Amino acid sequence: MAVHTSQSVAKAAGDDVARGRSRGTGNPPPPSRLRRALSTHWYAWTMVAPVVVVIGVIIGYPLVRGIYLSMTDANERNVERSIGVNHSPATYKFVGLDNYTEALTGNQFLGTLGWTLVWTVSCVAITFSLGMALANILNRRIAGRSAYRMALILPWAIPGFVSVFAWRFLYNEDRGLLNKILSGGGIDGIPWLNDPTWAKFAVIAVNVWLGVPFMMVALLGGLQSIPSEQYEAAEMDGATAWQRFRHITLPGLRPVSTTVILLSTIWTFNMFPVIYLLTRGGPGEATQILVTQAYKFSFEISPRDFAQSSTWGVLILVLLMIFAAVYRRVLRTQGDDW
Amino acid sequence: MRRGITATALVAALALAATACGSDSESDGTSKGSGELSGTVTWWDTSTVGSEDKVFKKIAEDFTKQHPKVHIKYVNVPFGDAQNKFKNAAQSGSDAPDVIRSEVAWTPEFADLDYLAPLDGTAALQRPDDFLKQAAASTKYNGKTYAVPQVIDSMGIFYNKKIFKEAGVEVPQTIDELKTVSKKIKDKTGKTGMYLRGDDAYWFLSFLYGEGGDMVDASTKSVTIDNPEGVKAMKVVKDLVDSGAAKTDATDGWENMQSSFKDGKVAMMINGPWAVADTYAGKEFKDKANLGIAPVPAGSAAQGAPQGGHNLAVYAGSKNLDASYAFVDYMTSADTQAKVTKELSLLPTRTSAYAKQDVVDNEIVGFFKPVVETAVERPWIPETGSLFAPLVTEYTKVLTGQTAPEKAVKTTGDSYRKLLKGWK
Repeated sequence: MAVHTSQSVAKAAGDDVARGRSRGTGNPPPPSRLRRALSTHWYAWTMVAPVVVVIGVIIGYPLVRGIYLSMTDANERNVERSIGVNHSPATYKFVGLDNYTEALTGNQFLGTLGWTLVWTVSCVAITFSLGMALANILNRRIAGRSAYRMALILPWAIPGFVSVFAWRFLYNEDRGLLNKILSGGGIDGIPWLNDPTWAKFAVIAVNVWLGVPFMMVALLGGLQSIPSEQYEAAEMDGATAWQRFRHITLPGLRPVSTTVILLSTIWTFNMFPVIYLLTRGGPGEATQILVTQAYKFSFEISPRDFAQSSTWGVLILVLLMIFAAVYRRVLRTQGDDW
Repeated sequence: MRRGITATALVAALALAATACGSDSESDGTSKGSGELSGTVTWWDTSTVGSEDKVFKKIAEDFTKQHPKVHIKYVNVPFGDAQNKFKNAAQSGSDAPDVIRSEVAWTPEFADLDYLAPLDGTAALQRPDDFLKQAAASTKYNGKTYAVPQVIDSMGIFYNKKIFKEAGVEVPQTIDELKTVSKKIKDKTGKTGMYLRGDDAYWFLSFLYGEGGDMVDASTKSVTIDNPEGVKAMKVVKDLVDSGAAKTDATDGWENMQSSFKDGKVAMMINGPWAVADTYAGKEFKDKANLGIAPVPAGSAAQGAPQGGHNLAVYAGSKNLDASYAFVDYMTSADTQAKVTKELSLLPTRTSAYAKQDVVDNEIVGFFKPVVETAVERPWIPETGSLFAPLVTEYTKVLTGQTAPEKAVKTTGDSYRKLLKGWK
């Protein structure tokens, strides 16, 4: 909203200047809109030009190239190669939307999408509820509060791949700590990463562990911005703890929670390292999400299937854009400034 | 969107770093001017970390004794990642090695992708007639030689003699015997009979050959994995795991297999010469005599293990071709091969090396030589290196009970037909 306002102000100012100038020079031909915009905002345009160029090069070009590749049959064996004495020209051809039809009618894409949705929804839901609970606990004055806060932020502070590897050791069926503890209690070892259902559970658990600190910190910040007078007033009116949570805390957190849910959804949907480093999408393809499968097409199978990988990449982008648009619309109908 | 910006910055930084590296390697790649070799040769080795790599590093660096101006940069790339890492590096041209230890099935694929330099008539390929025919087969593609055979191997069943004695069992000759032996071991000692790798389909091949099946048949250009023999082989491995005769994992198979066998938790594993040095390092095999090796158990139709091995190939974009050729020749000479055999029990590829005393004396070589001679050779076509990816997914799915054997081989066969255009 802030962006909109500033734009309209600038436009109004620009109009003013143009009018002023035309009055001074008598009777000039009416300048084109573009020229007028350029002449008034040339300084701004010069300032943003480098950024526009850089973004164009590092985001625009790969994006356009990816969309183009998704409409060809490019793979490792038919792209152009020139290495030392060996030269081969590109022989891939344009195939239109064939890749998209194949992806959307076959069951591999839809099957993977199904699990990706389950994975995203359960991760975000569990992370959000846990983060909310912890934030509420840590928002009270309890002994050793800063120590708890530090400890709970720790998973966030460790590089992701390090903690995922640590979890992989914990999950090891024969030598892992988790199964050793279980067998100490007389329980049979659990095939954490070897059974499709347990593997799904295992990857979700690790992602929740990694995601909770971010949720907690964000929500804690939100909680602290809710004025305490509201709680005091509610208490005077005899509201129960649950009523205070439901009618003060939740609405007060809305601006924060909507944002973190959107971010968390996008990150989880594309959470490559957890899946790839923990199970490589296995056992079989049980925990393969869309991004790890797209990576597999492009880097693990041979010949590397660049076309199919880009197709999946574009489809992921489209899905996330649709999600963001729908989410924004829902929020707007509920009266949020977004 | 903070993340987006950092990611963008990271990409930009990486791109800069990559170009910087690229120009670096260009500057130090000086080749011979006055007849003397110089410059740096980077070698990507894929041998087993912790045992084989130390020996190979030392032997490789000894090359400088003959050519003092050449610097050998030894890099160990884990075998599982090497095929992809080399492809990434070779395609982009930055940070690619000069010499790569290329597995036999990768070699025709890399050659087909233009990544390898043809070696006919260069210093790398000396006395080509001296190489075992089987070993040389995978180095040829489209009438040219793209690599030099370094080691050759096959698979056998490794067993712990102490556990066998305790349980009072003999080495199983067939898969049925394997099951009864496993059961006896379990009953008498409480240990698991066999470890079967569930995350790598190469370990499935001897069972497939045992039922009379194969992945493809190049002579008739047909896909054979989805024949009834393939279904039977899948059923055999599933039965081994389900009945408890063998245990398996869907991840970390190599580490789990080696550690459970070395610690005496399982009595048998199927493996090849590349695992010998690592196995000897285990506490159960301090006394080397405790390790027994026998041919893989036969299936209902035949007995067979895959023939494998490694070649040394030179990257076509290498800035230092001459020194790389000389290095490949040094690493594959009969003297070097005999040294490797002495330290690591790997099988030489030169006929003349088999006459050397170190090789004659080696028991492991004595066992594996006849196994290699009767081992099943795969077709050396560019797609051979691509056959495992579709198979391993389905293989793991069968072992973890996610799909039926019939469906698994059918799915694999379908992806093979997509890969091999025009095959039956």
